[in-house]
Amino acid sequence: MILKPRLEDLKIIGFYLSKIILGLAITMVIPILFALCSGEINPALDFFISIEIAVLLGLLLMKICQTDKDLNWMQGMIVVSLSWLVAMILGAIPLYLSGHWKSFLDACFDAMSGFATTGLALVQDLDHLSYAHNLWRHLIMFLGGQGIIVIALSFFVRGFSGAFKMYVGEARDEKIMPNVINTSRFIWVVSIVYLVLGTLALGITGLLNGMKPLNAFFHGACNFMAAFDTGGFSPQSQNILYYHSFAYEVITIIIMILGALNFKLHYHLWMGNRKELIKNIETRTLLVTIITTFSIVAVGLAQTGIYPAATVLFRKGFYQLISGHTGTGFQTIYAQQFATDWNQLALVGVILAMALGGAVCSTTGAIKMLRIGIIFKGLKEDLKRIIMPERAIVIEKFHHIKEVFLEDKLVRGALTITLAYIILYGIGAIIGMFYGYPFIGALFESTSAAANVGLSCGITNIAMPVALKVTYILQMWAGRLEFMSVFTIVGFLFASIKGK
Amino acid sequence: MKKKFKLTAVILFLILNPLGQRAVFSQSLSSSELINNAKEYDGKLIAYSGEVIGDVMLRQEFAWVNINDGQNALGCWITAAMAKEIKFTGNYKFRGDRLEVIGIFHRTCLEHGGDLDIHARALVKIIDGRIVNENLNSDKLNLSLILLGALFLIWILMLFKHKSKRI
Repeated sequence: MILKPRLEDLKIIGFYLSKIILGLAITMVIPILFALCSGEINPALDFFISIEIAVLLGLLLMKICQTDKDLNWMQGMIVVSLSWLVAMILGAIPLYLSGHWKSFLDACFDAMSGFATTGLALVQDLDHLSYAHNLWRHLIMFLGGQGIIVIALSFFVRGFSGAFKMYVGEARDEKIMPNVINTSRFIWVVSIVYLVLGTLALGITGLLNGMKPLNAFFHGACNFMAAFDTGGFSPQSQNILYYHSFAYEVITIIIMILGALNFKLHYHLWMGNRKELIKNIETRTLLVTIITTFSIVAVGLAQTGIYPAATVLFRKGFYQLISGHTGTGFQTIYAQQFATDWNQLALVGVILAMALGGAVCSTTGAIKMLRIGIIFKGLKEDLKRIIMPERAIVIEKFHHIKEVFLEDKLVRGALTITLAYIILYGIGAIIGMFYGYPFIGALFESTSAAANVGLSCGITNIAMPVALKVTYILQMWAGRLEFMSVFTIVGFLFASIKGK
Repeated sequence: MKKKFKLTAVILFLILNPLGQRAVFSQSLSSSELINNAKEYDGKLIAYSGEVIGDVMLRQEFAWVNINDGQNALGCWITAAMAKEIKFTGNYKFRGDRLEVIGIFHRTCLEHGGDLDIHARALVKIIDGRIVNENLNSDKLNLSLILLGALFLIWILMLFKHKSKRI
C-alpha cells in the first residue's frame, strides 16, 4: 500500500528548503557588491530585488513550516531536488531583469545550465552584459559545481543528522572527512585555493595577451569558475575563442582536468599521496577513454581534411574533446562549425566523451569514470569465469583510494545509473528529432544537456521550441542529481495522488 | 560622407591592386554567412563590419580585435597601427566603434592554431563608439522599495509573534 505523504512531511521539507533559499539569497550579496564597486546601478537593483524575493520566500516558508524534527531519507532527497528547481527560479530573476534574456524561461534555462554546470546558454548580446550579471552567471556555476547543499552544509547548517541524506541526494555519496559537514568544508577549501591560483594564472596570461588588467583578472576568475566546475560559460560570446591564445587554452585544459578529478583524490594528493593518482581506477579509466575517444575524433577530423596541419588538428580536436569529456563545454570553434566542418565520426567521438564524463565526487556530470571502470572490471571478471575452469574462484579487485573487492551489487549499481543516463540521452535525442533536427545533432545536444557538458552544435538558441528548452532543463536537472532524488520526487508526487 | 568615400576608395584600391587576384566580396558579409559557408570564402578577400567588443589585444606589431555584427563575433588580426584607430570597445558601459574590415578570411588559420579569423588588409571606422549613459530604472527602484516594505512588515510581525509567545 502506498502511503500518502503527511502534512508533517511537507512541513519538514518546507523548513529545510527555506534554509537553502536563505543561503542562496546571501550569495547574491557578492554580485551586488561587485555592481556597486563597478558603478553598475541597475544591475545592483536587479540583485537587490532578487534578494528581497528570496528572503521573503525563505522567511515565509520557514515561519509556516517551523519544525525541530530531522529529515528522513525521503524528505532529504525531496529537499535536494526541490532546492535545485527553486535555485533555478531565484537565480533566473536577476538574469531576466537585466533584459538580456528574451523570456523568463530562457533565463531559467541559463540559471539551470549554470547551477548544473552545463554551459548551454540562451543569453542575448552577452558582449554587453554587466560585470555583475556576468559574475552571477559564473558564480552560480561555482556554487552549483560544489553543490547547493554543500554550501548550506558548509555555512548555514549547524550539524544535524539529516545532513548526510541531503549530501547523498546531490549525487555525492563519498565522504572525504569523517562527517559530511567537514567534507563540504574541505571541498570549499580545495575550490578556493584553486580559485586563487587559477585566477592568477589566467589573469596574468590575459595581461600578457594584451587585455586590460581589470578585464584580464575578471575574465580569469570567471573562466576559472567555469573550468574548475566544468561549467563552460565564458564572459564573451565567442567563449575561449575570444582570447586567441594557446597559453589560455593550455591553462584551461589543466583546470578542466583538475575539476574532473574526484575531491577525494584531491585530498590524497594534498596529503602527499601522489601514487594514488596512478593507481586509482578513475584516473586510469579517464586516460584510456581520453585516448580512445580522441582517436575517434582525430580519425574523423583527418577524413574531413579541415585541419591540414597535425598540430592544428590536435589543438582544435583535443580541446573540444577534453572540454566534452570533462563536462565543461568550453569551445574554441563556433557551434555551427560542429555541424558544417566536423564529420559524423568526429561528432560521435565527442558524444562518447561527453556521455562518459569525469570522476565521481567531482563537479562533472554524466556516467562517470568509476562506473565505467567497474563495468569493465565486471566484464573482465565474467570473461575470466568463462575461460577458467568451473571450480576456479574468480576474484576481481580495483583500486579506488583503497583496494575494493568487486561485488555484484557494485556492478549492478553502476549498470543501473549507466542505463538511466543512456535512456536520458536517448529521450532528449528523440524529442530533438521530433522537432526536425538530424539524429547526430539531436543526440549531440541532448547528451550535452543531460551530461551537463555545454558543447553545442547550434541547436540551443532562442528560436528552438519551448518543449525542447523544457526538455533540456529537465535533463540538466536529472543529470546533475544523478536520478535518485529525482526518482524520489516523482514517487512522492505519485504517492500524493494515489496514496491512502 | 567623408568616411563613405574613404571606404569606397579602399575597396576600389583592393579590387584594382595586384593583390586582388582573389575574389573580392565588396559588400559586407554577415558573420553567420561566413561561418556557415566558410569553405566557400576560405582564403578570399572579404568585407565584414560590426562593433568592436571587449579588448584590443596587442601582440607585438599586430593586435586581435573581436568584431560583433549582432549575430556572432569574429576575430580580426589587424596591425598595431590600425588598432590605434580604435577608441571605444563595446561592453556594458560603452558602445564600441563600428568598423569595416577588408581582409582575407580563413576557415582554419594555420598561423593562429586553426582559428576561424580575418586577416585585415584595411580597416575603416564607420561610426564612432560612445559612452552608454545608465539611467536609474524607476520601475526597478519602485519594485525594490515595495519588496523592502513587505520584508519590513514580515519582520515586524515575526517580532510581535515572538514577543507574544514569550509573554
